[in-house]
Amino acid sequence: MKTKIRIATTSLGGCFGCHMSLLDLDERLIPLAELIEFDRSPLTDIEHCTNCDIGLIEGGVCNSENVHVLREFRKNCKILVAVGACAITGGLPAMRNFIPLEECLAESYLRGIGVENAQIPNDLELPLLLDKVRPLHEVVKVDYFLPGCPPSAEVFWTFLNDLIAGREPSLPYECVHYD
Amino acid sequence: MTKTIHIDGNTIPFKEGQTIIEAATAAGIYIPHLCHHPEFTAHGSCKLCTVNVNGRNCSACTFAAMEGQEVLNNSQELKADRQKITQMLFVEGNHFCPSCEKTGNCQLQAVAYHLNMLDSHFPHFYSHRELDASHAEVIIDHNRCIFCTLCVRASDEHDGKAVFAISGRGINKHLIINSESGLLKDTNIEATDLAAHICPTGAILIKHTGYQVPIGERTYDHQHIDQISLAVEQTDEN
Ligand code: SF4
Ligand code: FES
Repeated sequence: MKTKIRIATTSLGGCFGCHMSLLDLDERLIPLAELIEFDRSPLTDIEHCTNCDIGLIEGGVCNSENVHVLREFRKNCKILVAVGACAITGGLPAMRNFIPLEECLAESYLRGIGVENAQIPNDLELPLLLDKVRPLHEVVKVDYFLPGCPPSAEVFWTFLNDLIAGREPSLPYECVHYD
Repeated sequence: MTKTIHIDGNTIPFKEGQTIIEAATAAGIYIPHLCHHPEFTAHGSCKLCTVNVNGRNCSACTFAAMEGQEVLNNSQELKADRQKITQMLFVEGNHFCPSCEKTGNCQLQAVAYHLNMLDSHFPHFYSHRELDASHAEVIIDHNRCIFCTLCVRASDEHDGKAVFAISGRGINKHLIINSESGLLKDTNIEATDLAAHICPTGAILIKHTGYQVPIGERTYDHQHIDQISLAVEQTDEN
């Protein structure tokens, strides 16, 4: 049997919309499953990735944990892919970049509507927020970018098939969207 | 005898006084551009129309067509340059396409799609810019302004109002509004003005119209900007 292509996926500062869009491949997931297997991913619950061929990352870099996960992916994936608007530009979470972090936290946890026992969460388990949300390419080298909010299932299909067949991936006009 | 230039090896006629982009458009050749508009004085600021003329790069929207010029428009190198220029425009402002009403109808986005731009390459500036929603009908979101001055020129040259101007230089350049408060509500702009409709990005929008056409069915969702731009600008010229 041919060894399967190992793919790891994760969502950093994302909404899981990109993962949902991957699942929109619907019945095409069946032939795809013959060729690939998942390593670390919300779909498998494997906690750390090791020796993967492809890493798909949605979401921008919002906090210290995101930085660690991103570096783990870079180290363990031969090909790292920024998936979706947030991974490529910071996306909507980066709209907080214009507001000082302290004000953001106060607005959500101190002054927010319906907040009781107002306090800024400060548990040791919680990763610290970065002052600004950053796209992946500002932290590690990224090999490919799949734009879209989210990229359509067609984008994943075209891209993965190109890669698996050993072709240089290319997205036709219809597949390139930033919205 | 008609005078001619060569664009990518094709012989193109031109009239005295035409710029390279005007001669190209008349001949059905698209040169990417954002700040150029056939009705208004050239501005030459976005640099997207960069072509190579007799071995040197220059702006097709300001450079006069002259007998015998050898112009390169469609080379891989120019495509790469234009892609970098577009990426710079994206990182300098704050272009959150998923939350912008103009998405799908935006020329900045359309040029990027046309150039197959998949990422922003450079670090994002995330510079703080204001949004002015004070006017009853017209909104301006400075986050999306690329300083093409089309609104400035349309307001001056067409509407006769001078509502907009550019102030500052280099990184401090910004669009200003001609009223004492600096707010749009205190100007005489109206939703029917050309200046309110000419913005190639989503910086100037008409309120209450944003989602009349659903995303996915908009101008550039399925059609390249080259065909649309030629169709519009060739009619303009006649
Ligand atoms: S608001 Fe729009 S039309 Fe005016 S200078 Fe900015 S990008 Fe150009
Ligand atoms: S179109 Fe020529 S510089 Fe903008």
